[in-house]
Amino acid sequence: MRPLVVRAFTAASCLGQGLEQTLAALIEERSGLEPCKFETVTLDTHVGEVTGVDDRALPAELRRYDCRNNRLAELALRQDGFDETVESAARRFGRRRIGIFMGTSTSGILQTELAYRRRDPVSGGLPPDFDYGATHNSFSVADYLRRRLGLEGPAAVVSCACASSAKVFATARRMLQADLIDAALVGGVDSLCLTTLYGFHSLQLCSPAPCRPFDVARDGISIGEAAAFAIVERVSDGTAADDVLLLGVGESNDAYHMSAPHPEGHGARRAMQLALSDAGLEPGDIDYINLHGTGTPSNDRSESRAVSAVFGTATPCSSTKGATGHTLGAAGALETVIAALALRHGVMPAGVNTAQVDPTLTVHYLTEKRAAPLRRVLSNSFGFGGTNCSLILGRAA
Amino acid sequence: MSLEAFVQGIGILGPGFSDWPGTSAVLAGRREYAPAPAVLPVPSPLPPTERRRTGRVVKLALAIASEAVAHAGAASEHLRSVFSSSGGDGHNCHEICQALASEPRDISPTRFSNSVHNASAGYWSIATGATPASTVLCAFDGSFCAGLLEALAQVSVDRQPVLLVAYDTEYPEPLHAKRPVPDAFGVALVLTPKRDERSAARLEAALEAGRADTLRDPRLEALRRSIPAARALPLIRQLALGEPGRVVLEYLDVWNLGVEVAPCR
Repeated sequence: MRPLVVRAFTAASCLGQGLEQTLAALIEERSGLEPCKFETVTLDTHVGEVTGVDDRALPAELRRYDCRNNRLAELALRQDGFDETVESAARRFGRRRIGIFMGTSTSGILQTELAYRRRDPVSGGLPPDFDYGATHNSFSVADYLRRRLGLEGPAAVVSCACASSAKVFATARRMLQADLIDAALVGGVDSLCLTTLYGFHSLQLCSPAPCRPFDVARDGISIGEAAAFAIVERVSDGTAADDVLLLGVGESNDAYHMSAPHPEGHGARRAMQLALSDAGLEPGDIDYINLHGTGTPSNDRSESRAVSAVFGTATPCSSTKGATGHTLGAAGALETVIAALALRHGVMPAGVNTAQVDPTLTVHYLTEKRAAPLRRVLSNSFGFGGTNCSLILGRAA
Repeated sequence: MSLEAFVQGIGILGPGFSDWPGTSAVLAGRREYAPAPAVLPVPSPLPPTERRRTGRVVKLALAIASEAVAHAGAASEHLRSVFSSSGGDGHNCHEICQALASEPRDISPTRFSNSVHNASAGYWSIATGATPASTVLCAFDGSFCAGLLEALAQVSVDRQPVLLVAYDTEYPEPLHAKRPVPDAFGVALVLTPKRDERSAARLEAALEAGRADTLRDPRLEALRRSIPAARALPLIRQLALGEPGRVVLEYLDVWNLGVEVAPCR
């Protein structure tokens, strides 16, 4: 494939708001997970909540889009001068030549959950101020960003559960190759809501403790929230030494089960192999793997088998979900930003919270950060429905 | 690069429409349109344990995908897929929101698994054993065009056949009042980069700023306007006519999608 330039990026998660805070937390091996105090939730679990989301008002003219998910998007947009970078891209390429492809899993469904508590006692109707299309609908965040940033290119939301915002890079690349656009705003925004907290609880997939991916005592995920954005362009528009490139994408399906991964990780393996062949690389060319690593016994076992089958057991890898929580539809984009920071600053993040790596998981799991010049990093994202996506990022120089 | 593909198979289901032969007779004007609630078949490709877990949206998606693949004579396990829907399973969503607004807030694991927007794509891959890439999109009322654009880009850029499945079902009250989708409607297309003896038509698409086509029959126009996936109808009608022509499909406020349709036989 032809690589793309990841021109600018930013992320907000419980780990930090903006690149500086996120990088510092990764280097200091911190976790942002805290006991869950979200809304009226009484579950015994930890979450990765972004502070100050509720205080981030949307512009008055876009009030109908007001919901936690779009507030989180707005918060991230104002970090690292990202909205200004988008504006300069819009001036350079033209507003109609910039696409928007966003990943989300639950969008603004919290707004509907709250509205169901305020149903009219007689008619059962939802309150008049509830706006389904601008908040709950999966397209809401992409539509909000189009209007907020004045971008007029093709737009869509990819909603493939926890692989959503990795897959947006594949969609953006095809749109660039088809010459429908000259740049794309890609990313993922997923925010805390009752559906995911109680839903994962019903599947007994939430840990009461901060999640410990790949630990021998791992017992489930910690749910987090995040907004992560990037601008991608063709390499032909020039690169700087500090730029990060998207070198390869691999997508596959397990065709196995709605909520459990293939036990041998067949789909995950295929996604990684396809990403490598797409990038024209060999397994030995990858310096670090940012794992999907959710912290459930079966997910980590399946991923470890898949990674070992493709890469052997020497390639350093870790999951950053012990630090950020599982940010679901935003995880792919958030971990792409983390991979980009790893490349730019020569650091492999530690798998925090993990005290003793499960000896049956054969991958080379890092429980401490490691400083090393990195050339290429692979990031995995897998989701419900058996959907898998692997991305390979590299340094321009 | 022009966005082009050959239509190999069509599947369709909706109010008064039960399959492609019947729908094509209506849309080509050979038969009167008789609106009636959409009838969704049992998803026979799924194993019985999975079948019980599926709601209307999965039944709809699997039915139209199966018809399109059979019509195309394609091997479903080797097909990439693009699913596109404005909403997920509205009934499932209502049950979850209702449970979360009461005490105890227990929701069933199956309800939660089915709440993901990609549930239909997941069940399709389980039913058919399809392991190639699958993506699932939403662009509110423009969801059909978002799906068609993605599918055409995959066919044109990656030179691979793609199954496009676009579908919507209704929300029950109280959400129905906020999102008044009246019934289920879906259309599936098998698209390939190369013409062969099964090709029904060649499509060539481009974004354009012109106005979207409407349908002359007021009942069909009402259907087009009321269910997002039915925004496909001007294209489906052109395919039913079997005549060359150009249609403009509703996408976003700024853009619509112009599609040149050239029959292959």
